[in-house]
Amino acid sequence: MNEPAPAMPISFTAGATRNWPLRVSLFILGSIALLCLIGPLVSGHPYDQVYRDYVLVRPSLFAHPDASEIDNAIAAIARRMHVHIEATRDGETMHLTLDAEKPVDPRVLRAFARSDLFAPAHIAATEDEGRRLEIDVPLKRMVFLFGTDANGRDLFTRVLIAGRISLAVGLLASFVALTIGVAYGAVAGYAGGRIDSLMMRAIEIVYALPFIFFVIVLVMVFGRHFVLIFVAIGAVEWLDMARIVRGQTLSIKQRDFVAAAEALGATTPAILWRHVIPNAAGPIAAYLAVLVPRVILLESFVSFLGLGVQEPLTSWGVLVADGARNIQGSIHLLIFPALFLGATLGALQSLGDGWRARA
Amino acid sequence: MDVSAEPLLQLRDLRVSYGATLAVKGLSLTVRRGETAAIVGESGSGKSQTVLAALRLLPRHAHTSGSVLFEGMELLTLSQKRLDSLLGRRIAMVFQEPMSSLDPLFTVGSQIGAVLRLKAGLPRRAAYARAKELLDLAGIAEPGRRLHAYPHELSGGQRQRVAIAMAIACNPDLLIADEPTTALDVTVAAKILDLLAKLKQSLGMAMIFISHDLGIVRRIADTIHVMRNGEIVESGAATKIFANPRHDYTRVLLENMPRARSHARRDAPVLLRAVNIGVKFTLRGSLFEAKRAFTAVAGVSLCLDQGRTLGLVGESGSGKSTLARALLKLVPASGRISFDGRDLAGLDRAAMRPLRRSMQLVFQDPYGSLSPCMRVSDIVTEGLRVHDPAISRKQRETRAALALEEVLLDPELRHRFPQELSGGQRQRVAIARAMILKPRLVVLDEPTSALDRTVQIGILALLEDLQDAHGLAYVLISHDLAVIRAASDEIAVMKDGRIVEQGPTQDIVERPREPYTRSLLAAALQTGEA
Repeated sequence: MNEPAPAMPISFTAGATRNWPLRVSLFILGSIALLCLIGPLVSGHPYDQVYRDYVLVRPSLFAHPDASEIDNAIAAIARRMHVHIEATRDGETMHLTLDAEKPVDPRVLRAFARSDLFAPAHIAATEDEGRRLEIDVPLKRMVFLFGTDANGRDLFTRVLIAGRISLAVGLLASFVALTIGVAYGAVAGYAGGRIDSLMMRAIEIVYALPFIFFVIVLVMVFGRHFVLIFVAIGAVEWLDMARIVRGQTLSIKQRDFVAAAEALGATTPAILWRHVIPNAAGPIAAYLAVLVPRVILLESFVSFLGLGVQEPLTSWGVLVADGARNIQGSIHLLIFPALFLGATLGALQSLGDGWRARA
Repeated sequence: MDVSAEPLLQLRDLRVSYGATLAVKGLSLTVRRGETAAIVGESGSGKSQTVLAALRLLPRHAHTSGSVLFEGMELLTLSQKRLDSLLGRRIAMVFQEPMSSLDPLFTVGSQIGAVLRLKAGLPRRAAYARAKELLDLAGIAEPGRRLHAYPHELSGGQRQRVAIAMAIACNPDLLIADEPTTALDVTVAAKILDLLAKLKQSLGMAMIFISHDLGIVRRIADTIHVMRNGEIVESGAATKIFANPRHDYTRVLLENMPRARSHARRDAPVLLRAVNIGVKFTLRGSLFEAKRAFTAVAGVSLCLDQGRTLGLVGESGSGKSTLARALLKLVPASGRISFDGRDLAGLDRAAMRPLRRSMQLVFQDPYGSLSPCMRVSDIVTEGLRVHDPAISRKQRETRAALALEEVLLDPELRHRFPQELSGGQRQRVAIARAMILKPRLVVLDEPTSALDRTVQIGILALLEDLQDAHGLAYVLISHDLAVIRAASDEIAVMKDGRIVEQGPTQDIVERPREPYTRSLLAAALQTGEA
């Protein structure tokens, strides 16, 4: 039907209360950020601690070691010490009886301490001139909520540490892009004419540079450094921001309140700061919420190539890459970081959509 | 009008609510066959809501109750399919803003043709021929050629004619016109009204005419329903309402602008003198196209004494606003301007800044001229931040409160944002922003056009009080002769960037020399006052 669409009365449509996606995404983001901040402090595992006895452990809520792990570990130790071990379990302590052909040197008991399963052993009784030893070995109780990686590091701690890095990169690089982009775009849009054309052509030239090429040059010149990621990503991502702000400025400067400020004699920086930027805040915030996930993705890409975060420090991108390599044996290495990355990106994305709808 | 004619549309106890807010509170009215019923009220009185609710065109979260009978059919419970078949064929609408009610991507011919093909089932060729007839009927010259025009190629009046042609395409029994002339210049509006009256007569349809202006309605309506706050406060035959309004509110609406001003101060020193002002814009074409110059103002000279008001009249596009901005040196202009004996020609932006204090500007649209991100107190005191950067935040607050009091606003409003204020309040805030610097010249660019009549009178009275109190000189720009006549000492009539006639208000109104001035006056008399 080609009838003129009825003009909807605008004055009454305000106050739609369907903003639950906004709240849900804010809640998700908030809890992830909080978890990343506090989690590594209470998880009980340093992020770079290698547990050689717990390589590629599956995720579980129960504490390690379990019965079969204890048996295997004791068997391995027995083989190394050339002894026969009888084990009985009593709660959190193991009672072991060692039988050997020659007297057992108590120093070899350090093998227990070196293992990730046991605390140092105590000799309870020595019989048969040291050929038979009764020892008590307390068990170390460890929980690997998300399992461990191929090097035997706790994935839970690593995912949260990676979250810190990814979120920090996302926020800081976006902040860099925001500051440069808003300033550049507002100035270009407000100045207009020749200056505007010149500034925009400059942006198009920078656009033409391949991002990876840019990162490699930076790394070659300055060496590998954490801060370089912010600089490189920020230096590329402000281009879009500048274009958006310029577009907004072009339309805002036509509005009467800008003319009114000019008539009052306000200076250009004052007009930009008081009138143009606050009124462009809606689209800026909306784009920012899209920018943060993009930056996080870019960072993972750069780290994946080995140009970003270096081991043992990690980021979600690195963890996902690791997981992808081990996808056949232990899929949990992929699932957990991907879940966190996906949830964060999704929440940011829907946050941006919500803001754009309001702006 | 035949009073005994059968009722065509009956609204009974119609209520529209948005959540807890009632927009229409139990409204009943009857439109008979061949009758023109006018619904008159100020913005926000629920006129459009009533009609849209009756046709079920309101957004989903609006709740409508009551009964709407069209030829005995209950529209509120009719199936969507049957309602769709009624709309466009038996009931048609014309909206206020013709630019937004036409689709910019299709030619006029194909839009009218689409209505004919879908609603009247005409084949393509016949629809085309009929569309041409309709354009002719709607008074568009060269209808054959205009069929291929896109909406943006037409003027506002032509667009409204196209919208009318589209509405009458299927010979509807009822035409609903929602402020069809509000967006148009007076002379154009008068022609559109004539057209509507003529079409109504020749096609024998009933019409609901929605307007905020009783003056316009007088020429066309048989019955008038005056609405306020979602209720009808008075209704009756048009002649009766005009001769003998019973409700106070109707009387307020009928009240005309005060006639010409009384005070005539002579021998005041000249404040502003402009000689041979010209403003040209260069329109940048595409890369290979030559730049074109567009002359907005050419060879305008005028002179304004201290404490007096110069009225600039003209239709949209005549260059009034550009001239006003040129006088304040907000757009680059040729010619000489002297303010208070100082030549402004050589001054750059920084040199102009101290002078900005004494020359201020108030805009037409109080919705656009206040930044939505700032509190009223920050808006009002922005000039102080520029010109008295030394004064503290606290002092600024007190100055803001004083300034708001001067424009008769509650000083507590200074903590609000502009969105929370009504149109009239916003315009008072805009005036306070200009007045806080104690200027000597204020350019008022259509200060009342966006406001309801009752609010307009208040704003004009305020401006006059301020002028008397501070000896201000005004340049008052308006397309509304009634406003100009009420407020100015001298009138300059502008057309196509030039002043065609200039002189004291009385002379211009009573003895216009130029035919253009006469046509403006005629249009104003027809629509506005009698």
